[in-house]
Amino acid sequence: MKTYRSMVLISHDPASIQLGADAVQAAFLRELARFDLQDEVSVSLIEDIGKSFASPLVIVYPEAVIYGRVTVEDVPHLVEEHLYKGRIVEEKVAPSHELSGRVAWVSARKGTLPAETRIVLKNVGVIDPNSVEDYIANDGYLGLGNALGMTPEQVIALITASGLQGRGGAGFPAGLKWGFVRQARADQKYVICNADESEPGTFKDRVLIEGDPHQIIEAMLIAAYAVGATEGYVYLRGEYQLAIQRMETAIAHARSVGLLGDNILGSALSFNLHLHTGAGAYICGEETALIESIEGKRGEPRSRPPYPTTEGLWGKPTLVNNVETLANIPPILRHGADWYRTYGTPSSPGTKVCTLLGNLNVTGLIEVPMGITLREMISIYGKGIKDGHFKMAQTGGSGGSIIPASLQDTPMDFASFARAGVVLGSGALLICNDSVCVVDLARVLLNFFRKESCGKCSPCRICTQKAYEILTDISKGRGSMGDLDALREISIQLNELSNCGLGQTAAVPLRDTLTHFRDEVEAHIRLKVCPAGVCSMS
Amino acid sequence: MTDQASADEKTISVVNEAVQQHGVSRSELIPILKTIMMRLGYISPAVILQLSHKLNLPSTEITSVATFYRMLSTSPRGKHVIQFCESAPCHVVGGNLVWQAITNTLGLQPGETSADNRWTLITTSCLGVCGIGPVMMVDTDLYGNVKPEEVPLILSRYD
Repeated sequence: MKTYRSMVLISHDPASIQLGADAVQAAFLRELARFDLQDEVSVSLIEDIGKSFASPLVIVYPEAVIYGRVTVEDVPHLVEEHLYKGRIVEEKVAPSHELSGRVAWVSARKGTLPAETRIVLKNVGVIDPNSVEDYIANDGYLGLGNALGMTPEQVIALITASGLQGRGGAGFPAGLKWGFVRQARADQKYVICNADESEPGTFKDRVLIEGDPHQIIEAMLIAAYAVGATEGYVYLRGEYQLAIQRMETAIAHARSVGLLGDNILGSALSFNLHLHTGAGAYICGEETALIESIEGKRGEPRSRPPYPTTEGLWGKPTLVNNVETLANIPPILRHGADWYRTYGTPSSPGTKVCTLLGNLNVTGLIEVPMGITLREMISIYGKGIKDGHFKMAQTGGSGGSIIPASLQDTPMDFASFARAGVVLGSGALLICNDSVCVVDLARVLLNFFRKESCGKCSPCRICTQKAYEILTDISKGRGSMGDLDALREISIQLNELSNCGLGQTAAVPLRDTLTHFRDEVEAHIRLKVCPAGVCSMS
Repeated sequence: MTDQASADEKTISVVNEAVQQHGVSRSELIPILKTIMMRLGYISPAVILQLSHKLNLPSTEITSVATFYRMLSTSPRGKHVIQFCESAPCHVVGGNLVWQAITNTLGLQPGETSADNRWTLITTSCLGVCGIGPVMMVDTDLYGNVKPEEVPLILSRYD
């Protein structure tokens, strides 16, 4: 297999052909040869791009820049600037609203980002996700081979030694969880990949599956071998159409080359993998709700204990790991625990895939070593605050902390964040400038929780609705000072009485708003003024 | 044959095919409902009744599942479904202004279907493309970096 530095895709639907896509392709081949880049840059055609108003489109990977409308005359400049000198030609970037839905979100980021530390995203955007051969050529399934040469206990010991923590949000030690399932005695065990990524601001799992689905299959095989499971499920969010297609293809390919099925790689390991797609419910990201959903029921969380590690899917011991957690497994099996610990901090080794969002000059998905600070993230990767000053950040999605600028030097790892009372969560970093009102933000967050609460337990169902109503009142200038006490009380009840993580984390933005931004809330109540000028106050 | 009768026949054949495709096991209920949703546009009472016989499940049980998930609907939807992300990452980059533009253009409130059955407007949580917010989705087409003034243009692409 030949590897290329960059990949050029040219739209080749009927509309693009009519507008000269073939001539554009010929021009690319000619210009690339002129700069002697023909062995470094591949040129391919894509036939199905949907209806775009900027055809012909040219998409350049790995930057995922979309140019349009591209004419033959543009090609020499594009090749020289972008592919030879490495500079994006901003004036030819296609206007996003002119793109069809199939390609509009290809890049998922605005602007480009500097170098990252890529362990789990290593292959993303570099290999063809629909080719098992591409994955294998990039050390794919090597980790599985290594694992099969060890005993299951040795594999678990290796994961434990690597210090890998669950990347879904809670940061539970992965090796410990695997050990629990290994020790559970049962005739049948399951491995589930939790890909029901619905946390607002988080799309790392989508990119991981879309870009490198075999990495997840390999990790699940390793996990199955280690815990003694023979059946697995990928629970993939229903809205992620492309990820579903990629995973379906990957599973079919893996099956056809004998990487799924009986006696994998000639070993005693047999493993079947099923894809289950969600139907739209945030709560199904909670592992017991997810299990209920696979069983065909409403996605309502179970009472714990028993934990899924002893009684999970159909009452059997079940290992549930997040996509990003699993994506760390093959590299650890390939390079070892000591190598893995050279990244990140002693208490939180490895990297974290984060999404940088909000009022930044550059937003998007990046992989960074654990322990980086928010200030570094904003200034290096986000290229600074867009318009105005840094006011606050929300970390970890809807149920994450709202932190003021004064906490931006806290190292981003599970232990340091926990000490500072901050939730690291899923890695979403929503950065807000001073045009964002904290009351308005908290209201939007509570609106989310009140709609996504499954309603099974009353503290969550009632408190999220009540908090939303109080915050709406405050934003309309109808608040009273008693509301502050009520919100405090609600946040305590949510945290202490809710059955699952949804209600418990709904308390966090409420608590943080009152702790760090009480004066701003009071201004709404006492002065009937929204300092940021966002709330209507009437 | 009346329209009513042919509709029922269609329902019967779609339900039969969905059950055949996925199997009669309880764990296939959600995939079955999703397939029916895609073919018929919503989960009608007739569908629930028929499924209840097929899967040997109480119809209340099927209703409770069908009403739980956002991608399943128990009421008919318009020809085009507009989903608007109302989560915080889209909100802080100007999502509320886009939302106002949508409601002004269509004259609809969340959950409503237009009188001519052309549009159904629903709000949704994160669609997972927050890097390019504000985000809206028309049927399966996703639009990012939407500005309020672009809303009429985007909607004009659908008949």
